[in-house]
Amino acid sequence: MSRFPLSRRSVLTGLAGTAALAGLSPAAMSQTKAKLVVIGGGFGGATAAKYLKQLMPGASVTLIEPKSTYYACPFSNLVIGGGRELSAQAFGYDGLKALGIEIVQQAADAVDADARTVTLADGASLSWDRLVMSPGIDFRWGALEGYDEGAVDAMPHAWKAGQQTTLLRRQLEEMEDGGLVVMSAPAAPFRCPPGPYERASLIANYLKTQKPKSKLLVLDAKDSFSKQSLFEEAWAARYPDHLEWRGASDFGRVVAVNPETMTLSTEFDEIEATVANVIPPQQAGRIAHAAGVADQTGWCPINGLTFESTLVPGIHVLGDATIAAPMPKSAFSANLQAKVCAAQITRLLAGQDPEATVLANTCYSYVADDAAVSITGVYTNDDGKLMSVDGAGGVSPLAAAPSVREAEAAQALAWFRTITSEAFG
Amino acid sequence: MTIRISAPDTASKGDIIELKAMIQHPMETGYRSGSRGENIPRDIITRFECRYNGETVFAADFHPGIAANPFLTFYTKATESGTLAFEWTDQDGESWSESHEITVE
Repeated sequence: MSRFPLSRRSVLTGLAGTAALAGLSPAAMSQTKAKLVVIGGGFGGATAAKYLKQLMPGASVTLIEPKSTYYACPFSNLVIGGGRELSAQAFGYDGLKALGIEIVQQAADAVDADARTVTLADGASLSWDRLVMSPGIDFRWGALEGYDEGAVDAMPHAWKAGQQTTLLRRQLEEMEDGGLVVMSAPAAPFRCPPGPYERASLIANYLKTQKPKSKLLVLDAKDSFSKQSLFEEAWAARYPDHLEWRGASDFGRVVAVNPETMTLSTEFDEIEATVANVIPPQQAGRIAHAAGVADQTGWCPINGLTFESTLVPGIHVLGDATIAAPMPKSAFSANLQAKVCAAQITRLLAGQDPEATVLANTCYSYVADDAAVSITGVYTNDDGKLMSVDGAGGVSPLAAAPSVREAEAAQALAWFRTITSEAFG
Repeated sequence: MTIRISAPDTASKGDIIELKAMIQHPMETGYRSGSRGENIPRDIITRFECRYNGETVFAADFHPGIAANPFLTFYTKATESGTLAFEWTDQDGESWSESHEITVE
């Protein structure tokens, strides 16, 4: 890690944002009348719609999103921990409408790549010259025995923000002191790699301060996870009596749950929870499968240069649904991928070749209400393959002074304001 | 060495019972290098046996391709009350064992 991680990070992320757009000649920003359709109004889709419209003002840009309010996942763990209101996570689409983007408030039902159409839930059809899909994740119901749609009230996942977030929060509030909170963390890949451990920190923080006789047990399908040494350092210092993490080698992998008895079963144990948070196995959102852009892994292979599907030409896929490793499934990644993708579509529609760019990602994670740690990666996409840049990026230092963690918490907040105004503002 | 066993405490005669056994072990292949380029020596369990009242009902030979913390699930028929013995032996002949009593009615 650099001695100047913050300035380096801001330089890198700034570079990444503009690198995609620099070099776009006025000719590329043509008066194309192309019909561009974006499916999914999360960080990837909203950003893509905005940048497509800004780069190609003459194009028609339509965003298909069934919900009128989007609840952001980043920072939703603070809601669960009690330090934030869900309303602070809510974003609408008026900002995009004001830019001249048409918002269709419906679900996309089917995609016909040959006819270049999207069929909506009401049966209407939209045609497109280029389609951008940012479908996010869906859960693989039943992949964890006992965990299906009917289980989410008793054992909330809270892995899509909104009602589930407040439900888990309420269950924690209603729990009597002395209860056992159990979280099940999935095997990779899944949305937001450090997310379960940030959530564990904030739940433990709540228990320690409000329900000190209670405890959180994290049962994990993995032996290692993002920012592990930073989290473990914070847990040992802050929550030694309130948080226990059990990895796969310690028989932590949950193989079945029973929402009626509130039990979680590992290979060898059955654990009864007072409150259970089950983060289930995941896959690309449903419409990705309907469009044929997801492969047998359940995720979407893409060309890292253009984010065009390697399975279906003409369809670009962004964000959590993609196989973009080493880029993680994060809002930051989706936002930057959207900008790069919009620039490349602009070039392609102007008859130009796509150009290699630099991409980056930073994930902040709170370890307490006022303390955060981060990890940054920098990536190239030459030849369509996303690769980490050796020696760039890094993680927060271990054994740092409290002021360092507080500074990162402040930066995280600034990041959230920036990314949400970029996507929705 | 942490060992975990899952087996029923009771069964009816003739039942097919599921047995699960896991041992924490690095199963170091001998093919890896350390941070200074030095060879990390091979350290693996080579044999697992499960005996039911002394009779071997399941056995397995392990090789370097077996992952760390080997976990086995297998089945046998409940024939009589007695002891299920689980034993792991490594390349140097060191062994670890655990047993489980079962009542068959």
